[in-house]
Amino acid sequence: MLNIVDLHAEVGGKPILKGLSLSVGAGEVHAIMGPNGSGKSTLANVLSGREGYEVTGGSIQFLGVDMLTLKPEERAALGLFLAFQYPVEIPGVNNTYFLKAALNAVRKHRGEEEIDAVDFLALMKAKLAALSMNELLINRGVNEGFSGGEKKRNEILQMTILEPKLCILDEIDSGLDIDALRYVADGVNMQRDGKRSMIMVTHYQRLLDYIVPDYVHVLTDGKIVHSGGPQLAKDLESQGYGWLKAEEE
Amino acid sequence: MSSSTEIESLATGEYKYGFITDIESDSAPPGLNEDIIRFISAKKSEPTWLLEWRLKAYRRWCTMVEPNWAHVKYPAIDYQAIVYYSAPKSTANGPKSLDEVDPELLATYEKLGIPLHERARLAGVAVDAVFDSVSVATTFKSKLAEAGVIFCSFSEAVREHPDLVRKYLGSVVPYADNYFAALNSAVFTDGSFCYIPKGVRCPMELSTYFRINAANTGQFERTLIVCEDNAHVSYLEGCTAPQRDENQLHAAVVELVALENAEIKYSTVQNWYPGDKEGKGGIYNFVTKRGACRGKKSKISWTQVETGSAITWKYPSVILQGDDSVGEFYSVAVTNNRQQADTGTKMIHLGKNTKSTVIAKGIAAGRSNSSYRGLIKMKRGAVGARNYTQCDSLLIGSRCGAHTFPYIEVEGNAGQVEHEASTSKVSDEQLFYCRQRGLDPEQAVSLIVGGFCREVFRKLPMEFAVEAQKLLSVSLEGSIG
Ligand SMILES: Nc1ncnc2c1ncn2[C@@H]1O[C@H](COP(=O)(O)OP(=O)(O)OP(=O)(O)O)[C@@H](O)[C@H]1O
Ligand SMILES: [Mg+2]
Repeated sequence: MLNIVDLHAEVGGKPILKGLSLSVGAGEVHAIMGPNGSGKSTLANVLSGREGYEVTGGSIQFLGVDMLTLKPEERAALGLFLAFQYPVEIPGVNNTYFLKAALNAVRKHRGEEEIDAVDFLALMKAKLAALSMNELLINRGVNEGFSGGEKKRNEILQMTILEPKLCILDEIDSGLDIDALRYVADGVNMQRDGKRSMIMVTHYQRLLDYIVPDYVHVLTDGKIVHSGGPQLAKDLESQGYGWLKAEEE
Repeated sequence: MSSSTEIESLATGEYKYGFITDIESDSAPPGLNEDIIRFISAKKSEPTWLLEWRLKAYRRWCTMVEPNWAHVKYPAIDYQAIVYYSAPKSTANGPKSLDEVDPELLATYEKLGIPLHERARLAGVAVDAVFDSVSVATTFKSKLAEAGVIFCSFSEAVREHPDLVRKYLGSVVPYADNYFAALNSAVFTDGSFCYIPKGVRCPMELSTYFRINAANTGQFERTLIVCEDNAHVSYLEGCTAPQRDENQLHAAVVELVALENAEIKYSTVQNWYPGDKEGKGGIYNFVTKRGACRGKKSKISWTQVETGSAITWKYPSVILQGDDSVGEFYSVAVTNNRQQADTGTKMIHLGKNTKSTVIAKGIAAGRSNSSYRGLIKMKRGAVGARNYTQCDSLLIGSRCGAHTFPYIEVEGNAGQVEHEASTSKVSDEQLFYCRQRGLDPEQAVSLIVGGFCREVFRKLPMEFAVEAQKLLSVSLEGSIG
């Protein structure tokens, strides 16, 4: 599905990713953990083609396509979805309208017909119910005045509607209360169908209790320094990142 | 010259057409003087009082200087180089066929879905074809007549309803009001007239589009709308297609009169040719629009979407004379490339408990400049008056500018004024968010800008709102590098 080899990337002239390699197969869930500022969000931005994130070396293949030549919207159309760590507000743009435009843009890319308003509304209603989300939210502006937790759940709603092939979830658990965390996790688990892959960035084991990953990686200073199974996250939770550094030396 | 001597000179027939060879000619030579004005008036077989009014306006205009306070720059206009009368519309300098028209303009028509037969007319090509709209207009007219509504060209109104025209013409925008209004008063050639009698709700939205001959009203248009007691009308001006015109200067005047409990809703979509990317060939749009809420509880509401013209100078205003009257101004002004817009409103509160709301959204992209200029005035008698103004600017890119010039004059402690202003940018975060969801940059910008304008679009009649949204995306094309 995704193959990252020796990736180097800079932001504002400053090298952040320094030789990162990662392989994600179809249906796999990978958790990425690591200290603040180690480059986790940078990786998410680089994968989705954000301007200002300059790749200076290495390669990214997604579904056999060289991603580096593609625009963000082309990557999205291919099936890449990023749930943002800090979803932005777009005042006045109706949430439903936005999602419908996004879905149609992606469908158009795939050569599918546009979805009509009635079908879309039905789809939206079903997904909202599945995520136990407040219907009122979808008639507000995109993330406009949403609480931190509401924003995160809105990201998951978008994900379930756009049905991507690879989801990058950047700290989807931060700012969620206990119930919301469960709804979000349930939403993500519903998306695990054996084909869809996920990269989950998180700081905490509790998310991984709900969404059990196949692999856990530790990202430090722009590189993956350690990989393992679900047990690795538990070790990190109890011992922090220090022992890894010591091990490395 | 006093008016009695004017009349005298007219009555004695002292004036000559002078250099104007004959009244049969189709157009006046370039330039402006009293003979030209007499020529126009004679061409239209106008009554003496109207000619006299034009001449007064002209004489006043001669003593006035062109205003230069607006935040716009343009080369000096040579008023003596303009042809003030030509009928039918001269197409001598215009394109001969669509092949000669700016291909970008044609591409825009395509995107806006303008019907083929309309494109030529809009692009200023001489066309002989009779439009479908003529038959539409005829059925339309009979329905209005049934309701007692008068809706016709200004010339026709002067001929058929001279008393009404005489009573209201210049009663809201006096001929000496400002430089461009004076010029318009002197030389206007046509426009629209609309009269809704007592207690009548106009059965349909009135649109200049359906008025026969609307295409040839020329550069000095005059509109007068009168709503009697308890009458109601919604009026649509303009269309979303970029209209080309070989006349660079446009100086229209619009007057609205609302009597007791009457309501006038005036919506405009203005999309005159803005010129090419360097601003060449664009229209200068210097308009005076004003409404008078004369009666108690009357209401006048201006909604405008301004995307065209090289230069826009325009302040639709309301004089709130009647107690409890309401004035509203909802505006979206978009500038791109080298366009300049200085627009806003004036709300003049005279009556008790008068209320006004101003929502102005300015969007600037490219190297353009957009200014909001608003005056809220409350005279001593306007006890309990209230105004709310919200003025937001959105910048796209870093080479454009947005400016706000609010003026507030409250005498004594007549009323309450509330002003909010904000400036924001289409942020990289917003753009990236949209693109990550699959939208291309242009879709993204138009979505974000549409959200920014939502409060105003909501005030537009339904189909107009849809068109306006489409227009917005076309106007902002290429604004994201
Ligand atoms: N525009 C920028 N200019 C310069 N440095 C930047 C820029 N954006 C990010 N960085 C730096 O890149 C480094 C990695 O940031 P990133 O957001 O990827 O960290 P992270 O691993 O996601 O951290 P957190 O766990 O706190 O979310 C940080 O040191 C950050 O300050
Ligand atoms: Mg981060």
